[in-house]
Amino acid sequence: MDLNDLLEIAEKENASAKPIRLRCCTAAGCLSQQGDAVKNALQQAVADADMSDRVEIVGVGCMGLCSAGPLVKIDPDGALFEQVQPEQCASIIASLNGGGPAEASVGSDDIPFFSKQHPIVLENSGRINPERIESYIAAGGYQALFHSLREMAPTDVVEEISKSGLRGRGGAGFPTGLKWATVAKMKAERKYIVCNADEGDPGAFMDRSVLESDPHRVLEGMAIAAYAVGATQGFVYVRGEYPLAISRLKTAIQQARRMGLLGTQIFESPFDFRVDLRIGAGAFVCGEETALLRSIEGQRGTPRPRPPFPAQSGLWGYPTLINNVETFANIAPIVSKGSEWFSAIGTEKSKGTKVFALAGKITNTGLIEVPMGTPLRTIVEEMGGGVPNGQVKAVQTGGPSGGCIPAAHLDTPVDYESLAKLGSIMGSGGMIVMDQSDNMVGVAKFFMEFCMDESCGKCVPCRAGTAQIHKILTKVTDGRATSADLENLRSLCEMVKSASLCGLGQSAPNPVLSTLRYYPDEYQACIDGGAAAEASA
Amino acid sequence: MAVKTLTIDGKAISAREEQTILQAARENGITIPTLCQLNGTSNIGACRLCLVEVAGVPKLLPACVTLVGEGMQVSTDSEKIHEYRKMIVELLFAERNHVCAACVENGHCELQDLAISVGMDHSRYDYMNPKCAVDITHKRYGIDHNRCVLCGRCVRVCDEIEGAHTWDFQGRGANTRTISDMFVPWGQAVSCTSCGKCVQACPTGAIFRRGSTVAEMQKDRTRLDFIVTAREKKQWIA
Amino acid sequence: MSSTVAAPSKTAPAGGAKGQPSGDNRYKMLEATMKRHQYAADSLIEVLHTAQELFGFLEVDLLLHVAHSLRVPPSRVYGVATFYHFFSLKPKGDHTVVICMGTACYVKGASQVVAAIEALGGIKAGETTPDGRVSLMTARCIGACGIAPAVVLDGNITGKQTAGAVVDHVKGWLGNGS
Repeated sequence: MDLNDLLEIAEKENASAKPIRLRCCTAAGCLSQQGDAVKNALQQAVADADMSDRVEIVGVGCMGLCSAGPLVKIDPDGALFEQVQPEQCASIIASLNGGGPAEASVGSDDIPFFSKQHPIVLENSGRINPERIESYIAAGGYQALFHSLREMAPTDVVEEISKSGLRGRGGAGFPTGLKWATVAKMKAERKYIVCNADEGDPGAFMDRSVLESDPHRVLEGMAIAAYAVGATQGFVYVRGEYPLAISRLKTAIQQARRMGLLGTQIFESPFDFRVDLRIGAGAFVCGEETALLRSIEGQRGTPRPRPPFPAQSGLWGYPTLINNVETFANIAPIVSKGSEWFSAIGTEKSKGTKVFALAGKITNTGLIEVPMGTPLRTIVEEMGGGVPNGQVKAVQTGGPSGGCIPAAHLDTPVDYESLAKLGSIMGSGGMIVMDQSDNMVGVAKFFMEFCMDESCGKCVPCRAGTAQIHKILTKVTDGRATSADLENLRSLCEMVKSASLCGLGQSAPNPVLSTLRYYPDEYQACIDGGAAAEASA
Repeated sequence: MAVKTLTIDGKAISAREEQTILQAARENGITIPTLCQLNGTSNIGACRLCLVEVAGVPKLLPACVTLVGEGMQVSTDSEKIHEYRKMIVELLFAERNHVCAACVENGHCELQDLAISVGMDHSRYDYMNPKCAVDITHKRYGIDHNRCVLCGRCVRVCDEIEGAHTWDFQGRGANTRTISDMFVPWGQAVSCTSCGKCVQACPTGAIFRRGSTVAEMQKDRTRLDFIVTAREKKQWIA
Repeated sequence: MSSTVAAPSKTAPAGGAKGQPSGDNRYKMLEATMKRHQYAADSLIEVLHTAQELFGFLEVDLLLHVAHSLRVPPSRVYGVATFYHFFSLKPKGDHTVVICMGTACYVKGASQVVAAIEALGGIKAGETTPDGRVSLMTARCIGACGIAPAVVLDGNITGKQTAGAVVDHVKGWLGNGS
């Protein structure tokens, strides 16, 4: 396999495309709304109308606007149908033949939800067939890997990623190039690449969507990373809750292996790289890198103190590079288009784009990708369409490790530093919009219950502290708390944040601290209400 | 052998580069409280009682796993650290059912000593009152989960020194429990060699020798040091 | 007394130990998975996934069999099996309803759905009805936030659910014998 072979596959794939193509979303969001039935009905309708010679039905990945699914998009005229029902399919096909307008609700991709996006990670999502490697290659896939292996030294690749300014998309925002350089410098007989696809934040589904829509993109990113740091074995650690993502990854790995894009002597170079899947088993803490490594080693997913960092001593004691799905998905475009192209997007300290999952009390739920630094207001009100019949009260970012950002701060640009200043975090990209009917103490309690259940139990502050915080919050919501409880709550949160072993415990108090900071009245109201009830009893 | 010089609580000391802050402090007579740490077994940094402040580092660092560094300025007992330690000990007391007056270990217990050293006279937190079992199926020893602090010393001593790996943890979070073999009563755990190391390793009265009555149990940690020294240095120092 | 940690010979035919009826194909399939992983101790979680797929849940005898085959201490196998919520040591009901309790589903009222099913079945989340018909579970976010609240009925993800609709569905399971 070399570049000519790649180009030939791409050409063949493009030549086989029929004049009219109907793209059906087959990612989990649309599938759960009969997306597969719609696809089958369309196929049947094409056969019935005897139009198979010029119309094809293609299953593609996520198109983003999950709330309007199942989605069907027609090429080349660009019509978008929303909430398509199987019984509407015959009329859609008939409309292609001049049979009058289709009896399906027509959407538009000229709304801010689509037009304000800047797709890099998601550029293939909803366009290519995630189950066919040829489809990815036709979109230029695996050329970046060829370019790296055949035209760049490993140090050049690391340098390019460093210059791009890419930072880890898993939440903490560590500079990716620096991490790569550290692993590359380690002298060891073996090194590993790990893709963290244990997307555990409730309310975040970016990684699921990328894996379901464009799995080869992630594999290509991992292979480039492996070449850059000198690794020969990779693992994708993916949540057990994502069966579709797992099956598409399995297919993708097999296809890449069969074509020689994974395995030995890739692109006729001395570079070998194999990738295996590891399926998570329902433990949020395994998103923490040292816990994830323990889990790959078949152990209880308990974190360990760092240093040593996985880059120095990771899987089985060997240097290990861990990046998340979205980070790996950024690699191929950076190598293809160059670090300057990438670093021109975003803000001074946060380069590139970020994928967000919009959910909660918002009109348009789904996935969007915007340049770093886009104001929260643009995302929530313009693109998301705001709260149906209501007002935004707060936006929760970063899941159980993040915080609630009140509506007054909606003009904040979304980047790592700005969100941290507000007491929240970028996190992996979940954004849950809340309206006036949401009680913030209840929200804080919801997250604390989550952290308490997901605490691994190893360190005392997290194990016993989250349970105590939850107990105090329950007292607050039940109207049994006093001002002294509130003081205990605050000091306990500070201690758990400073003293816990890993990121789970260190960030578990964030939802409480941020709601205490922005909504102290709601806590006080619970206490006053309880006191009043007692006085009148 | 490279040597680093540093200060701990203002006292200038020197230490070998492979030493941890905890080891260096102990060599110099500076006490840092610990609970999960046990000489001869691996350090896991779990109890968080040995957290110290290091000048220029924004995070608190566990002394048991942090190596000494040149010019390091360590402070082991600032007001903040003292308060955090007290909170951690209070959390431990509230987590299970610790009744010192009715405990075999009363007067010799590391948890009790910790409470005294941090000046704790009560827990400001509500007691969780979990239901915990007492297992006295083993003919010589017993385990009372009411007194377990989940430090993992029994698990490590059994795995790393005895090599039997009878003990492990089941569940997670506050529901974590120490178990023997496939969650069978200790007396039925066929992997157990009845060596008694876990009894000596346990910091509280959770694992005890049967037949001890209240306040009689006194553990002999030097037995473990003896074995570790014998294994690692091939020196048998009684 | 023989030790449970002693590794049995790899060539020993299935069927000797308790709970391994000879001719049970599931044990052969489990064996194939372990063999593919070269009986490596670090494949424990992968092997438990396969075991649960084959047997529906992880019985203690099955865990012992895995412990022996991979030469891992029994207490570690039990510790791993109970650390991860995906693994179940008890049999599940004939039907399962999994209610997503992720943030998006939470703010859209998933807890009301849970309460309704708990009341209907007389069980708590994580339990199975006494007749073994229905297991109720909650999930930590299945990533279907765009269609919150999401409920998984016997493996099928359904979105934009209401307490009433899910109750009707579960009533069907509880009512008739299918």
